[in-house]
Amino acid sequence: MEQKQQETSLVRRLIHEKKQKGKNYKFEKIVPYLLLAAAVVSVLTTIGIVVTLIFETYEFFTRVSIVEFFTSREWYPFSASDPSYGVMPLIVGTLKVTLIASIVAIPIGLAVAIFLSEYASDKTRRIVKPILEVLAGVPTIVYGFFALTFVTPLLREIFPSLEIFNALSPGIVIGIMIIPMIASLSEDALVAVPNSIREGAYALGATKLETTFKVILPAAISGIMAAIILALSRAIGETMIVSVAAGATPSMGWDVTSSIQTMTSYIVQVSTGDAGFGSTIYYSIYAVGMTLFVFTLSMNLLAQYISRKFREEY
Amino acid sequence: MNLINKNSVIQRMNSRLRKNNIFKVLFFAATIFCMLILGILIYRVFSQGLSHLNIDFFQNYASRRPENAGIKAALIGSIWLMAVTAPVSIVLGVSTAIYLEEYAKVNKFTSFIKVNISNLAGVPSIVFGLLGLTIFVRALELNRSVLAAALTMSLLVLPVIIVSSQEAIRAVPKSLREASYGMGATKWQTIVRVVLPAAIPGIATGAILALSRAIGETAPLVVVGIPMFVAFLPKTVFDTFTVLPMQIYNWTSRPQEAFQYVAAAGIIVLLALLIIMNAVAVYIRNKFQNRY
Repeated sequence: MEQKQQETSLVRRLIHEKKQKGKNYKFEKIVPYLLLAAAVVSVLTTIGIVVTLIFETYEFFTRVSIVEFFTSREWYPFSASDPSYGVMPLIVGTLKVTLIASIVAIPIGLAVAIFLSEYASDKTRRIVKPILEVLAGVPTIVYGFFALTFVTPLLREIFPSLEIFNALSPGIVIGIMIIPMIASLSEDALVAVPNSIREGAYALGATKLETTFKVILPAAISGIMAAIILALSRAIGETMIVSVAAGATPSMGWDVTSSIQTMTSYIVQVSTGDAGFGSTIYYSIYAVGMTLFVFTLSMNLLAQYISRKFREEY
Repeated sequence: MNLINKNSVIQRMNSRLRKNNIFKVLFFAATIFCMLILGILIYRVFSQGLSHLNIDFFQNYASRRPENAGIKAALIGSIWLMAVTAPVSIVLGVSTAIYLEEYAKVNKFTSFIKVNISNLAGVPSIVFGLLGLTIFVRALELNRSVLAAALTMSLLVLPVIIVSSQEAIRAVPKSLREASYGMGATKWQTIVRVVLPAAIPGIATGAILALSRAIGETAPLVVVGIPMFVAFLPKTVFDTFTVLPMQIYNWTSRPQEAFQYVAAAGIIVLLALLIIMNAVAVYIRNKFQNRY
């Protein structure tokens, strides 16, 4: 009698397990689709960005002619009587800041990369690399504060004609911000050059410097170019440093001592202002955002193309 | 006959070596420059902000008078933002990484997703703000709420979390998976009980670093329209709020010089949060370092 009971419970358990397995099996089938749905979110994000920008920019161009947007040399959206929407001054402002940043960041970033990959001992590298990571992790608003309260006053000691809001100070600070990016990506490219090539150059009697400049750098040039382009694309999209320290005066000139406006800082100016939803100014930030997006996307694609196309295989 | 003019060789060698040494010093100086900048930055922030950092600063709301200005709303707001951003971005990011590493077939669609993710990582954060403004704030009518800001932020950090999780999952040796299959485990059981536990340190480190980017990010929130002057705390995710970087931006851009010191004090709090998060990341990385 007792044995029979045990048997039935065993059978029940087996049936129960079998059922569980069936459940699991169904779940196994569903899982990939659930995960795929998550993966699709990132695709939807891209589509969302592109569609949003295109739709709202289109709305903007029904109010302001596309010809004026690209050819007019004046950007006075806030003028009540005669607003003018020519994006050129904003582009010039952006490029001006980016140029200053690249003058600071490219030589220093490359020098750090060369130091780390060719000269530094393992111990030094273990100290320097985390510090660079910290520098890369500093929030941009902190850099903006640094530009306004330290770099600008310092520069004004040297150039008394410098305005409080200018292109020079945020340009330099953006340069500092992208140094870690250029340094670490370029270092990756330099380290990837095989040691045999390095030793070949040493064996021919080259000094470390000659080896670096004539052998290693040319071999790693595709990675370095890609690093620089990516960093500059980051500089173009940088927002808070210019919003805090560059002012809000769109200008076409190449003067770096006076106040300017970049594409990003215009978007911030409108967002913090009281331009109502549906106004032309509201739609103008999408047109400017679209221009910015096209700039950075094409630079990122260029960087990918360079690193794929011109990679030296060893 | 002497084929080699020894004197000229020695002379040239000297100048080559000198050049080598000069550049060595230059390269080193560039590295020192970076550390110096970081040192000055931290020194400036602390020397300006420490005097303002006291209990009142944490207990007061934003104020028009610098001596009364406090960081309570912003600090609590940042925690709210993280509380929503972290689960959303980690669940989406890790799921995407699992899909790409374990399930995705090698085909055009998969490579499209991968290219898409790497390009998304290069989109300026302010453009994400425009996306959030249109989709979350206007179309879904979430207004300037915690939820709208957190969803925008989640999309922004998603690529970082995906890529670091992918690397962590890829680093789990194949032998572990094979052993699990050999024991009769299904694919999902293997992923949940073997692969993910082994990949947790890498995933957690990447996620924390991504979130520490989110906590310091300002631009997208400015565009989404998060207010900078808030004197209350959010009660639900549908309430409006402010965050640390927005509050710091507000103080920095005020003309009165006294607000600079308040901004510096706010930056100290923000940097302290970042240091805590990074310390946790380093701790996890060291504590759960996998030994295969």
